Amino acid sequence: MEHKLLLLGDEAIAQGAIDAGLSGIYAYPGTPSTEITEYVQRSKEAREKNIRSEWSANEKTAMETALGMSYAGKRAMACMKHVGLNVAADPFINSAITGAHGGLIVVSADDPSMHSSQNEQDSRFYGKFAMIPILEPSNQQEAYDMVHYGFNFSEKMKIPVLLRITTRLAHSRAGIKRNISKEQNKGGLHDNLKQFILLPAIARKQYKDLLNKQPEFEKASEESSFNKYIAGEDKKLGIIACGIANNYLMENYPDRKVPYPVLKICQYPFPKKIIEKIYDECDEILVLEDGYPLVEELLKGLLDKGKKIKGRLDGTIPRDGELNPNIVATALGKDFTKGNEIPEFIAGRPPSLCHGCSHNDTFLALNEAMSDYSKGRVFSDIGCYTLSALKPLESINSCVDMGASITMAIGASEGGLVPSVATIGDSTFAHSGITGLLDAVNNKSPITILILDNLTVAMTGGQKSSAFGKIEDICLGVGVEKEHIHIIKPLIKYHEENVKIIKEELVYNGVSVIIPRRECVQTLNKRMRAKHKIKTI
Amino acid sequence: MKKDIILAGVGGQGILSIAAIIGTAAVNAGLFLKQAEVHGMSQRGGDVQSHLRLSSEEIASDLIPGGKTDLIVSVEPMESLRYLPMLSPDGWLITNTEPFVNIPNYPDINKVISEIEAFPRHIALNAEHIAKDLGSVRSANIVMLGASSPFLDLDYNFLEDAIRNIFQNKGEELVKINIDAFKAGLKFSEENK
Ligand SMILES: Cc1ncc(C[n+]2csc(CCOP(=O)(O)OP(=O)(O)O)c2C)c(N)n1
Ligand code: SF4
Repeated sequence: MEHKLLLLGDEAIAQGAIDAGLSGIYAYPGTPSTEITEYVQRSKEAREKNIRSEWSANEKTAMETALGMSYAGKRAMACMKHVGLNVAADPFINSAITGAHGGLIVVSADDPSMHSSQNEQDSRFYGKFAMIPILEPSNQQEAYDMVHYGFNFSEKMKIPVLLRITTRLAHSRAGIKRNISKEQNKGGLHDNLKQFILLPAIARKQYKDLLNKQPEFEKASEESSFNKYIAGEDKKLGIIACGIANNYLMENYPDRKVPYPVLKICQYPFPKKIIEKIYDECDEILVLEDGYPLVEELLKGLLDKGKKIKGRLDGTIPRDGELNPNIVATALGKDFTKGNEIPEFIAGRPPSLCHGCSHNDTFLALNEAMSDYSKGRVFSDIGCYTLSALKPLESINSCVDMGASITMAIGASEGGLVPSVATIGDSTFAHSGITGLLDAVNNKSPITILILDNLTVAMTGGQKSSAFGKIEDICLGVGVEKEHIHIIKPLIKYHEENVKIIKEELVYNGVSVIIPRRECVQTLNKRMRAKHKIKTI
Repeated sequence: MKKDIILAGVGGQGILSIAAIIGTAAVNAGLFLKQAEVHGMSQRGGDVQSHLRLSSEEIASDLIPGGKTDLIVSVEPMESLRYLPMLSPDGWLITNTEPFVNIPNYPDINKVISEIEAFPRHIALNAEHIAKDLGSVRSANIVMLGASSPFLDLDYNFLEDAIRNIFQNKGEELVKINIDAFKAGLKFSEENK
């Protein structure tokens, strides 16, 4: 048997990129995209090839840096979770106008069912919005192959390409055949050095170029081997299945023979001619998409006066959440076996802070310090510490997007909620908190900010935080007064002292920063184990 | 050959190591494999599961369809019952009996155990105790792997090689402990099947 690598979908993308001549990967961690960059960081081959892979401060800086590498003629990849694309949206949309030079792929990993996210937005809408080609692999091998195709296509059409995956593919392993090996580009500039200057006069021209490329993108989708029309005898129904939905469809036919015509869509813009074919020949259409009803909505149109279109909008499939084989079976009117019910006494087991976590001690102190005030004053952010929203701590009142704790606290204080408190992790602070802190200083806002420094990006598995060792200097540099910056040690034995410091700063009529600093116990354990191993060798 | 397996437990209990070992063994045995894991939020002490599918034919879905699972292998007793709707009418329930209590409303453990024992095809063992007797509590997950092995249709040698493979860079001692843990689990199942 030929040798196969057993890889997660994320890892298949990374290996595909290494094999396709990648020169740099730019990313900020975020489930389910993190393992793409981590794979490149661990890869010996990538090190030998000198592929750069350090983490970026956030998705916007990652996207822009990748665009810079593309400008210099090399192949670059920017990776993020779906909400990261919101942060990177400005350079992302504009990169469609500048176009690319060296191949540029943006990977956005969506999280239908919100396993680890604030929402389940569908990145394909961003690709459509930017008017760039989108690739959506149905399996791990296709993920690997699409990276090569995507880089070539990006260079041929001088356009960034969006690669969209969902959690299930990102975090599922399968055997991968490697079949490409390409040297990195030598680099060099594009002939048109004005291409990247989006002054209105140039941007208008560039935008027209983008519009003019649309028919070619569509033609590529129609000819793409990733899009496939599969004939079926029974024309009562036609099935359009996008990306991973194809697998759930096939799972329902053990012999892999679907009686109905099927259109597999894994490359966009929409392959209009093939869609037209299946639409015309079938009585009804069922659309299967692991995400928002993008294709379905377009097929239905505003007035829905055409053929019956079944999917998420008419209730054939639930409007929200991830697809699975059973949901697809139900949509096909097929029966499936059910196991026993879950016994009623089985309790839920929500995630919780680890035993000994520094955040726990910080929030115990904060809870006590806040007990003199009415409830609802603690704005928070995204990271392990968001779990302090749950019992028994129940400390925080918000978690919206990275960085929003500080800025929401400013707004709330201006709305009369004084004092307001912000709690933000060290990595989240580096990602999007610094500019908010600058606003607070300029406003002289009466807020107390706790920068929870556990010396790592814990929630996503312990990556290096880009503000490591720099937090006090950043706060001073932004203009926080020295006497209102405190570093405390979140340990129960310092509880009284910590409560006192927080209480004192709560009454200060200006910006205070308290930095509870103690390493995440998970990364500490990992470090200790590694150290121990070195000793025993 | 086709085996659909759900691995269950609590974040941090090592179900991904079980998955990695079975996965490596299956690939070396020339089988197709898909294995969906859980990363992220729920790894922080929440319930975690992994869908592991082995087959001599190409596999379509990364997720096992409900009611089609051949084997639930759980490192925690209550967690083994959470996936019953996924289990096929002739599937096996293989579970550790040592509870992992990190929630205030953990049900009465006797109730959990009697529910497991009422299940017609089950193997229930205290993997913690077995692992402790062998000198490494941290190998409880490998005891469970051993207990599941008679149901996997995978050659013993592929599994042992995969264990070596996974633990080899942690030293020969750990390889041996884990192989012993594996054998102890295997023995229990053979005797109680
Ligand atoms: C825009 C965006 N990017 C990435 C993420 C994923 N994410 C959630 S929490 C987190 C890390 C937070 O690290 P830190 O603030 O240091 O807190 P810790 O988990 O260490 O407590 C990341 C990267 C996200 N939710 N949103
Ligand atoms: S991983 Fe680290 S920061 Fe997260 S809950 Fe555990 S100890 Fe706390």
